[in-house]
Amino acid sequence: MSNTSLLFIIITTAFVNNVVLSQFLGICSFLGVSKQIKTSASLGAAVIFVMTISSGVANLLYDYLLVPLGLEYLETIVFILVIAALVQMVEMFLKKTSPAIYKALGIYLPLITTNCAVLGVALTNVQNEYTFTQSVIAGFGTAVGYTIAIVLLAGIRERIDEESIPAPFRGAPVVLLAAALMSIAFMGFGGLSL
Amino acid sequence: MNQYTERIYNGIIKENPCLILMLGMCPTLAVTTSAINGLGMGLSTLAVLIFSNLIISVMRNVIPDQVRLPAYIVIVASLVTVVDLLLQGYVPSLYSSLGIYIPLIVVNCIILGRAEAYAAKNPPLLSAFDGLGMGAGFTIALTLIGLAREFLGSGYAFGVRILPGSVEPIGIFIKAPGAFLIIAIIIAIMNAANISTAANKKVESCDGCCASCAGPCHDTADKEGTK
Repeated sequence: MSNTSLLFIIITTAFVNNVVLSQFLGICSFLGVSKQIKTSASLGAAVIFVMTISSGVANLLYDYLLVPLGLEYLETIVFILVIAALVQMVEMFLKKTSPAIYKALGIYLPLITTNCAVLGVALTNVQNEYTFTQSVIAGFGTAVGYTIAIVLLAGIRERIDEESIPAPFRGAPVVLLAAALMSIAFMGFGGLSL
Repeated sequence: MNQYTERIYNGIIKENPCLILMLGMCPTLAVTTSAINGLGMGLSTLAVLIFSNLIISVMRNVIPDQVRLPAYIVIVASLVTVVDLLLQGYVPSLYSSLGIYIPLIVVNCIILGRAEAYAAKNPPLLSAFDGLGMGAGFTIALTLIGLAREFLGSGYAFGVRILPGSVEPIGIFIKAPGAFLIIAIIIAIMNAANISTAANKKVESCDGCCASCAGPCHDTADKEGTK
């Protein structure tokens, strides 16, 4: 996998193996923060930002720190701590340098630390033996896939609110049914011949 | 019923982490393609949960309050690494079918949720039993969901063929959409039966933090901010 083309990586991570709809990572925020298109788009933007950076940092740490020291088995501990620290740093950096972006994304940044998708991507990149560039692109593609999924779901939920739904299905069940239908639609991308 | 058995009853029935509190949705959706996978994931989480609750409870007076969440995360991540390596060594087939979801036990809301809500305030043995109860509840739920999906989707149960070959199974249930479908159906049934769950907001699931995975990090963020 180490010489896969970058376009292939983007399409695979964003559509074919969509992080939410086929890998089931980041389900909490996918179901929790998808009531409005506007907020879910902001969350998506924050995820793109963090996931792209964290994929790159995780790759550098793995290749230049863990591998030379023979400590590959510590990847889970190192990655989760790095992601938590990184989110804090990104938050502080944005607060100082660009208050406008901070205002738009700030409240979503802490949400991302425990988003399993961020850790999941870092670990998948290592499994696929991606290089630095490939890791960054994979992180970006995955986050784009997440954003597409959550914005689409928010769009559906805004409409669902106006419908009369059988009582037992109100709330979580109907959202999960919508997600199931989206997942079926995304299965169609599996047929892409790349 | 003494307080130890009460903890186990609480974990399995009253506050089942998966079906009542609706925590740990990622593994619930991802690994329940067969009963065996659900059981394996449940037992791995159970092992981590017992020891994380035990260790965190033993160290509850040593860990400073400001850094408790990073400390919990390190403890949980170490335990997950141990489970990961054990599975890789002794049950390679399960290890390869659960794949990335084993290291991701670290970010399972149930574990940090129990550490914060229970182990940090209660004595070690009771906390270990709480972990046992919660883990058992999670394992039972995952196995049953896995069994339902495996049966509907392939006609097998625990890898043994149940349906005759002439009956066409509903393949979608072992594919990705089937996970969302079956959870939607389960929650709808619980709503219809008027059972209080986190989904219909009649139960507080650790202050609603885990519903959006926000709790622990909001806390740290606030603390960092005030420093």
